[in-house]
Amino acid sequence: MSTTESTPVAAPAPKRRLRDRIPVVHQLRQSVGLQRGMLITGLVVTAIFILTAIFAPLLAPYGFAQLRDADGPFGSQQPPSAEHPFGTTVGGYDVLSRTIWGAQTAILVIIIAVILSIFAGVLLGLLSGYFGGWLDRLLVVVCDAIYAFPSLLLAIVMAIAISGGQSNLWGGVLAAALSITVVFIPQYFRVIRAETVRIKAEAFVESAKVLGASNSRIMFRHVLRNATRTLPLIFTLNSSEAILTLAGLGFLGFGIEPTAAAEWGYDLNKALSDVTSGIWWTALYPGLAIVLVVLGITLVGESLNDLADPRLRGRRRVAQSAGVVAETSVVPGGTLTAGPGGLAGLEDEATFDEHGIEVKP
Amino acid sequence: MTSTTTAATGADPARKRSTRSSGGSLGRYILIRALLIIPTVFILVSVVFLLMRTTGDPITAALGGQLPPDQLAERIHAAGFDRPLIIQYLEYMGGVFTGDFGMTISDNRPVTEVLVTYGSATVELAFYALIVAFAVGIPFGLIAAYFRDKGQDALLRVFAILCYATPVFFAGLLLKLVFAVWLKWLPVAGRASTGSQIEMEFLPNKTGFYTIDAIMTGDPAVLGDVLAHAVLPAIALGLLTAGVFLRLVRTNVIGTLGTDYVDAARSRGVAESRLLRKHAYRPALIPIITVIGLQIALLLGGAVLTETTFEWKGLGFQLVEYIQARDFVAVQGIVALLAVIVALTNFIVDIIAALIDPRVRY
Repeated sequence: MSTTESTPVAAPAPKRRLRDRIPVVHQLRQSVGLQRGMLITGLVVTAIFILTAIFAPLLAPYGFAQLRDADGPFGSQQPPSAEHPFGTTVGGYDVLSRTIWGAQTAILVIIIAVILSIFAGVLLGLLSGYFGGWLDRLLVVVCDAIYAFPSLLLAIVMAIAISGGQSNLWGGVLAAALSITVVFIPQYFRVIRAETVRIKAEAFVESAKVLGASNSRIMFRHVLRNATRTLPLIFTLNSSEAILTLAGLGFLGFGIEPTAAAEWGYDLNKALSDVTSGIWWTALYPGLAIVLVVLGITLVGESLNDLADPRLRGRRRVAQSAGVVAETSVVPGGTLTAGPGGLAGLEDEATFDEHGIEVKP
Repeated sequence: MTSTTTAATGADPARKRSTRSSGGSLGRYILIRALLIIPTVFILVSVVFLLMRTTGDPITAALGGQLPPDQLAERIHAAGFDRPLIIQYLEYMGGVFTGDFGMTISDNRPVTEVLVTYGSATVELAFYALIVAFAVGIPFGLIAAYFRDKGQDALLRVFAILCYATPVFFAGLLLKLVFAVWLKWLPVAGRASTGSQIEMEFLPNKTGFYTIDAIMTGDPAVLGDVLAHAVLPAIALGLLTAGVFLRLVRTNVIGTLGTDYVDAARSRGVAESRLLRKHAYRPALIPIITVIGLQIALLLGGAVLTETTFEWKGLGFQLVEYIQARDFVAVQGIVALLAVIVALTNFIVDIIAALIDPRVRY
């Protein structure tokens, strides 16, 4: 992730070009055929989602809480027309505007939730994996218990604890984000802890200890830098789960008030009774927005996952991609290598940051 | 993993014997797994209890604006919510372990009774959803694995991602709109029509599982009515899980299709379909079963949303009702029960996996 500003510690490895080191660009070049199609589709949909969120004030014809314009009130449950291409809701809001503004709420929640859970999960995982002992055992048991629990129920309990169930824009966004955070912390925790335990046993950590580096320096400089390679993947998978959890919370009535922000799950909740009387436009568009955004982000995540796993990767380009391998071993006689797509491809193909690792020429 | 384990046990004759005699080691494994349920349930119930109490006492939450302050204080005192939190916590945990989850505040019933009444509906829904998930997920997963990286595979994978990307309630709304409102093929909501419900109400020993009750009435119209009500909720919830199963079967069968014994079987002239169904699929089952255990959590979370969408009066539907009534004792009880169910399912799945494959036990 943050590879550019650091300087290599030992003998410089053959430096990779910048465009190869930006995570997604590298995978895009590596992919072929179907996989490339999926990745590009996902990236395009995700880009549209982000742009919609940023430019919502310009794109939306009305405000998310607007009930009337110069010609008077919009009216309730109006079918799609020239003025309201997607119709109006039972509460008299414009469906198109609320669908567009909803992107902004969704992205706010994703950003807050994922950043918070990365911070908490990574820190706990690092401490737990590095120091071990009773703290480690306790955290593992607690995280396993939380991980096994239905995430939506946990989010409901958190939403009650944080806001008592109802709130304004920031209260609601924060409550939803925090609820989702609690669900995600165990995932980051597990991944980072496992990586930390593995890296802790590497020779370069031992060398740093012998040189007298402090625990915090080893943890953050030597271990963390090498433990982050799976984070982009969990990040994308979590973003899509965050949207689904937010929508689920909104659908169950933990939504953000319609006057505070537009939220797709809340709109679907209100559309529940419309459907029975055959009114389809209030449910269709917010629902489609959720499906599209989750689909886009999941396609990106899936493709990244497949490309990182040689067993699932398209077979033709394996040989080329196996070229960049961090040689971390200090076993006498050099590193353990295998042919294209063999051991090297399995172990360390996707390592972004080889700095901090003592590289053997 | 396996090779190192065998090497280690090979060096130690005593351990070698204990792994061979599967009876003793399986018993020990089951015991350890069973003991592991206790901390899991304990932690989950504690987390739920503490989080719910950060909002204050349940009586103020439920009846806050409706009663004058002195009456409110009286009710709080009567229910014991003014005592130190730690004592309430110990009392609650003690109750949970003896099967007592307290009394609901909004309608003053034992939480246990609520759980028994509505639990059967949720179990029934989950059962139907699992049938849909297996019927869709496994064959499609096999097809996707066989046609790996071809058109069929691409199509099925996009289908799997769509299943995951569509929130169950949106899928439910669309199904309802098309099949219940526009085509009028199936009922819009509920578990049974009023007539069938009355007929089942008069059964001497009703189970609460409508399918079983409907069979017991001996009236095919009632059974048909009950099953018709279950179709749309089961599809909505089942497709969510089917996507996961499809991907799981695909990945694992791709792994086993590449093994030497499949090649060997193919060279002996075993038919391709048999190769897929028997040789590649059977060994892939173990990871599939393990992950299905984790899906129970997803299924229960989805059930809450599905029940709300279809007014299916189960635990999830009731949970949302209690949340809206701000009856946090009931919410706490339902969530705690679901935690116990999840822990128990994971336990059962672990045991099944161990019975199928001795290597799981190490």
